[in-house]
Amino acid sequence: MAKQMHKTPMLDELEKGPWPSFITGIKRLAQSEGKPYADMMKDLLGQLEHSYETRLGYWKGGAISVLGYGGGVIPRFSEVADKFPLSSEFHTLRIMPPAGMHYDTKTLRKFCDIWEKYGSGLIAFHGQSGDIMFQGCRSENVQPAFDEFNEMGFDLGGAGPAVRTSTSCVGAARCEMSCYDEQKALRECINSTLDDMHRPALPYKFKFKFSGCANDCSNAIHRADMAVIGTWADDMQVDQAEVKNYVKKLGRKGIIDQVISMCPTRALSLNDDDTLDVDNRSCVRCMHCLNVMTKALKPGKKRGAAILVGGKRTLKVGDMLGSVVVPFMKLEDDEDYEALVELGQKIIEFFAENALEHERVGEMIARIGLGTLLEGLEIGVDPNMINHPRTNSYVRIDGDDWEAEVEKWNERKAAAAE
Amino acid sequence: MHPVLVENKGNWKWHDRPQPGVLHHVSYSGDEVWTVKAGTQRQMDVYTVRKLCDIADQFADGYVRFTVRSNIEFMVTDEKKVQPLIDKLKAEGFPVGGTGNSVTMISHTQGWLHCDIPGTDASGVVKSLMDELHAEFIREEMPNRVKITTSCCQINCGGQGDIAVNVQHTKPPRINHDLVAGVCERPSVIARCPVAAIRPAMVNGKPSLEVDEKKCVCCGACFPPCPPMQINHPEFTRVAIWVGGKHSSTRSKPTFHKLVAANIPNNPPRWPEAADVVKRILRAYKEDAKAWERVGEWIDRVGWPRFFELTGLPFTKFHLETWKGGRPALNASAQVRF
Ligand code: HEM
Ligand code: SF4
Ligand code: SF4
Ligand code: SF4
Ligand code: SF4
Repeated sequence: MAKQMHKTPMLDELEKGPWPSFITGIKRLAQSEGKPYADMMKDLLGQLEHSYETRLGYWKGGAISVLGYGGGVIPRFSEVADKFPLSSEFHTLRIMPPAGMHYDTKTLRKFCDIWEKYGSGLIAFHGQSGDIMFQGCRSENVQPAFDEFNEMGFDLGGAGPAVRTSTSCVGAARCEMSCYDEQKALRECINSTLDDMHRPALPYKFKFKFSGCANDCSNAIHRADMAVIGTWADDMQVDQAEVKNYVKKLGRKGIIDQVISMCPTRALSLNDDDTLDVDNRSCVRCMHCLNVMTKALKPGKKRGAAILVGGKRTLKVGDMLGSVVVPFMKLEDDEDYEALVELGQKIIEFFAENALEHERVGEMIARIGLGTLLEGLEIGVDPNMINHPRTNSYVRIDGDDWEAEVEKWNERKAAAAE
Repeated sequence: MHPVLVENKGNWKWHDRPQPGVLHHVSYSGDEVWTVKAGTQRQMDVYTVRKLCDIADQFADGYVRFTVRSNIEFMVTDEKKVQPLIDKLKAEGFPVGGTGNSVTMISHTQGWLHCDIPGTDASGVVKSLMDELHAEFIREEMPNRVKITTSCCQINCGGQGDIAVNVQHTKPPRINHDLVAGVCERPSVIARCPVAAIRPAMVNGKPSLEVDEKKCVCCGACFPPCPPMQINHPEFTRVAIWVGGKHSSTRSKPTFHKLVAANIPNNPPRWPEAADVVKRILRAYKEDAKAWERVGEWIDRVGWPRFFELTGLPFTKFHLETWKGGRPALNASAQVRF
C-alpha cells in the first residue's frame, strides 16, 4: 500500500497566491507513486511541516564525497529520522553550471532523468554561488548520480575551504554593455583552479565572479574574493544623432534631470544644440548614462576589466567590498586572458600561504594591509586603488624608503609611457 | 546557448524593453532577439523543469537561460512569437516580468528545506513575499530596479539588497554541556566568536564552554562548528529588515544595507509582519524617489529622518552603529534635516 501523505496545513498555505509554489512541486514528486523518490518526498514534506510548526531546522552535516573529490557534496542527515525515516539522508550535489547559465532543453531533460533515477526529483536553478543544486540524494546514490552527470560533461562545484563555483553575467552573449568575454574568462579561471575546487585545502572559500561592466549583474564586488568587472580605457562612443533623439523623447529637462545631473563625477553636459559633451577624463565608467541612452552611448573600444579582491559577506568581521588591485587589465586576445588566469592563481597562492585558517581574502587584507598583498603579487600601487590617501599620521617613513618608492613610481610611469 | 547569441556574441548594438518582461536586443549584424523573462520557484520538481523545456522547445528553439536570481529567460528571434510565448507562460503559472524597474525575484538561500543552521525558511519566505510583490514583478513602475534578498541566518548567504530580510538572533546560544566535549573543536569555536565572548570552562566535571552573555552579539557564528551551542529558538529568533544595499558601481559606489526594523516575528507560513514592513518601504520609495534612484540613493537625497518619517518606522538606539570602526556612520557635520 502506498505510504500516506503527512498532513501539512502550514505548507498548504504556500500553495496559494500567484507566484509558482515549490510546495506544489514537492507534492507532485511525493505523489508520483511508483517512482523511487515518492515516499522520500512524503517524509521530506513531513519534516518541513514539522520545521514550520516548531520554527526550527532539523538537518545536520556529515561527510560524504565522491571518488577523487574532497568537496562538492553537501551531506544532510535528519535529526528527526525517527519521525520521518525515508528522508533521513537528503544530500545535495553541487554541480557547476555552464558559464552564463545557458542550457538547451536536451541537457535539462537529461538532468531530470538522472535525478529521477538517483535523487529526489528536486533541482534548484541555481544557488547564490551559481551552482545547480541537485537536492535530495541518499548516500549510496551519490556516486552513481555524479558519474552520470560527469559523463554528460558536468563537474562538481566546490564546498568547504576551496575555490567555489563561479558566476558570470550574460554579458557578451546578449548585452551591448559587455567589455570582455565573461564566459571565456570564467571558464579559463575555473579550469585552471579545478584542483583547488575539488580538494579543499585553502584557508577558506575563494570565489571568482565575472561582470561585463560596472552594472555588476553578477554581484561580484560584494560577493567575490576576486571580482572581474568590465570597463574601458579610452573615450566612450557617442552617437550624437541618437542623443538628439533622446532629447526629443525625454525633453531637455528630462535629459538634465535623468542623465546630466545624475552623473556622479559631473562629467556630462548638454550642449545648446542638444548634443552631449563628455569629459572622458572625469568619467568613472559608472554606466549610468549608457543605461539611460542605450542607443546613443557605448563603452569605448579599448576594453578590459578592473580587478577587485576581498569581497565577502558577514562572518566574522562584517561585510566587505572588494578593493581595486588592478584598475585596468586589457582583455582582448588570448595572452590577456592568460594574464588574468595567472593573476587569479597568484592571488590564490598568496591567500593559501598568508591567510589564517578560516580567514577570507578581505579579512587578510584588513590584517596585513593592501600594500603587502600588492608586493606579494608584484603589482605597483596606483591612485585608482584608493578613495583618498591616508588621514592617520601614524606611519613610519624612513627618508630613503620614500625615495625608493618614488623611484618605483617613476619607473612605472616611464614604462607605461613606452 | 541559443545560436543567435553564439553568432552575435560581443556584437550587440543596443537594446530596449518593448514591454515589462521583454528585452529586445539588436546586433550590428542586424539580427534581433527578444528575451522573455519569467519567474520560477527556484526549487523545481522535474515536472516543472520539463514543462519549461516543452515551452522552450515550442517557442524558443530549445534554449533557455537562467539568471542569477533564478528567473528563466527564453530567447526568440521572431517577434510574432513573443506574445504567444508570454500567454503560454502565464497560462502555465509562470509570471512574466522582472525586467527594468520592477521588483525582481528575491535572492534566495536554503532555509529549513536544506541548510543545517537556518533560523527560518528561505523558499517559503520568498514564495510568500513574491506573492505579495507579484504586481511589482510584472510591472516596471519603480523608480529603478529593486533587488530584495533574504537570509535565514546571520551569515547572510543572501547578500546585499535594496531591501534585505534577514534573520536576527536575539538571545545568546544555549549550551548543551553534555555534548560539547564530544562534538566541538573547542579552540576553533572560541576563535570564531567575533567579540571573544566564549571561554573554556568545566561544567559538571566535563570540559565545556561558557559564554559571557553581556558581550555576546548573538551572531550565531559559534553554532556551525559547535551545534550544542544552539542559537535558533522558536520565539527569540526574529527577523530584521535592512535597506540600501547595492552591488553595482552605477552612479553611486556599491553600498552595504543598513538596519531599519528589527524584532519582527519569524512567523511561518506567510510571514505577514515582515511582508508589511517590506511593502511599507516599497510604497514610500515608489512615491518619493526620482527616476533612476535606487533605494539607498533615494535615502541619501532625502535623508534618514525623512526615511523614518515616510515609512512610519520607529528610530531607536539600536540604529546607532556600535561596531568597532563604526564611527564614520555617525553624522560628523552640521548638516541636519527637518
Ligand atoms: C555550515 C555552514 C554553511 C552552510 C551549510 C552554507 C550553505 C550555503 C549555501 C547552500 C549557499 C548557497 C545558498 C543558496 O543559493 O541556496 C551558501 C552561499 C553563501 N554562503 Fe554559506 N554556508 C555555510 C557557511 C557559510 C559561512 C560561514 C559563510 C561566511 C562567510 C557563508 C557565506 C556564504 C555566502 C557569502 C554565500 C553566497 C555566495 C555567493 O554570493 O556566491 N556561508 N552557503
Ligand atoms: S554586468 Fe554589464 S555587461 Fe554584464 S549583463 Fe550586466 S549590464 Fe551587461
Ligand atoms: S558613465 Fe557614469 S561617470 Fe561616465 S559620464 Fe556616464 S554617468 Fe558620468
Ligand atoms: S543564510 Fe545561513 S541558514 Fe541560510 S543558507 Fe546561508 S548559511 Fe544556511
Ligand atoms: S553567538 Fe556570536 S557573539 Fe555570541 S558567543 Fe556565539 S559567536 Fe560569540
